[in-house]
Amino acid sequence: MIKHLLSGGDLDADAATEILDTAAEMATVAGREIKKLPALRGRTVVNLFYEDSTRTRISFEAAAKRLSADVINFSAKGSSVTKGESLKDTALTLQAMGADAVVVRHPASGAPHRLANWVDGSVVNAGDGTHEHPTQALLDAYTMRSRLGRLAGLSVAVVGDVLHSRVARSNVLLLSTLGAKVTLVGPPTLIPVDIAAALAPGTDVSYDLDSALPNVDVVMMLRVQRERMNDSYFPSAREYARRYGLDGPRMRRLPEHAIVMHPGPMNRGMEITPEVADSPRSTIVEQVTNGVSVRMAVLYLLLGGNNR
Amino acid sequence: MAYPPAARSSPPRQPSVKVILASADVQRVVDRIAHQILEKTQGAADTVLLGIPTRGAPLARRLASRISTFEDIAVPVGVLDITLYRDDLRRHATRAIGPTQVPTGGIDGKRVILVDDVLFSGRTVRAALDALNDVGRPASVQLAVLVDRGHRELPIRADYVGKNIPTSLAESVKVTLAETDGADEVKLYGGTR
Repeated sequence: MIKHLLSGGDLDADAATEILDTAAEMATVAGREIKKLPALRGRTVVNLFYEDSTRTRISFEAAAKRLSADVINFSAKGSSVTKGESLKDTALTLQAMGADAVVVRHPASGAPHRLANWVDGSVVNAGDGTHEHPTQALLDAYTMRSRLGRLAGLSVAVVGDVLHSRVARSNVLLLSTLGAKVTLVGPPTLIPVDIAAALAPGTDVSYDLDSALPNVDVVMMLRVQRERMNDSYFPSAREYARRYGLDGPRMRRLPEHAIVMHPGPMNRGMEITPEVADSPRSTIVEQVTNGVSVRMAVLYLLLGGNNR
Repeated sequence: MAYPPAARSSPPRQPSVKVILASADVQRVVDRIAHQILEKTQGAADTVLLGIPTRGAPLARRLASRISTFEDIAVPVGVLDITLYRDDLRRHATRAIGPTQVPTGGIDGKRVILVDDVLFSGRTVRAALDALNDVGRPASVQLAVLVDRGHRELPIRADYVGKNIPTSLAESVKVTLAETDGADEVKLYGGTR
């Protein structure tokens, strides 16, 4: 097993499958009366969050606690960061406190990679800027595998704001490693030129959602990240919703077995309508549940043994 | 001044291998344990067999099938993975975890019989008792093993023993089963004799 999890591309097919298999066992713990395992007793996991997050932070916290690790939550608001402390000094502080793993979310792409050079413990990337979010890709792959039974040969459409999406990048890397075929769909302004070739050869790009829908097993809708948009990437929200939003009629054109995913948080009415989000095809709530199991697996595989 | 190492006068000794139980013996032993379970539990009522991976799991299934052959009683069988409860987890590279399958009906209030292939230090059984604690609250717990090779490091003993094999710590006992390894056999790999 690797020491850090920084990118969806860090994992080869065997390592990724090991994480998914371990997650499947971790999931059985959630059904027990005592949802606790002693595997990481005495280990310290620091959640270092420089950006707002609900599900990822809580998910990592729940995962670490279910494995009996001690969890320290750090959010930039209300910390010495507001006094001007640098990432490196914060990292050295955590190091001095004996953190065995640092789960980091940061608005700057590449911050976890820098951090990995400064601390002795494992670093898990929980989302860096517009770059990567590997545990989200793992939980998405887990959800696809548990709903559809396999990953190899699946056709996955990743739809929307690819430009700002770390979820999309990690998913393309991981899914192509695991043998799925990814098509990136969105307006030309939100799909970087050459992104497909740069991430994984074999990835397709389409600017037309309707033509992509009838042939896919999975539709993954991405959140339109208005907080990162300092340009006008599309004329209006209504036009975006009409061309790239997933609504009831579009969902009915999907193959019978196809599932609809969204990493959350959703802009209901923008990229996805409530009818689709709340339909039985939607795995959005399931993804959150699976997130805890997948993060338990990642933390166990990084910290459980003597991998130093 | 360094001297070259002295040439060995004899080639290194091959470790000796001794077959303790052959295929037919393993079957007889499993049959006997099944009978003993029936006898000691007055017909295996409210009993659950939980095998400890890897080889405890097929042994537990065999015991259940023998019990149903002898007395037509269906004993629930499950698997209890103990990886996450081991006390040496941190001394080795991360271990893959195996499946845990608790039979429907659970283990609360039942008599649980843990099944493993070899009883040695007792640490596996201790981990299994911890794991059991998180799965439910059995009325009582018993232990069945195919081989007891001694050298306990914890106050643990088996209720049903297939074969006691006195060993030295330099020796190792290897159980193979048809389900996992292709053939039933118990072998003793020797240290120096």
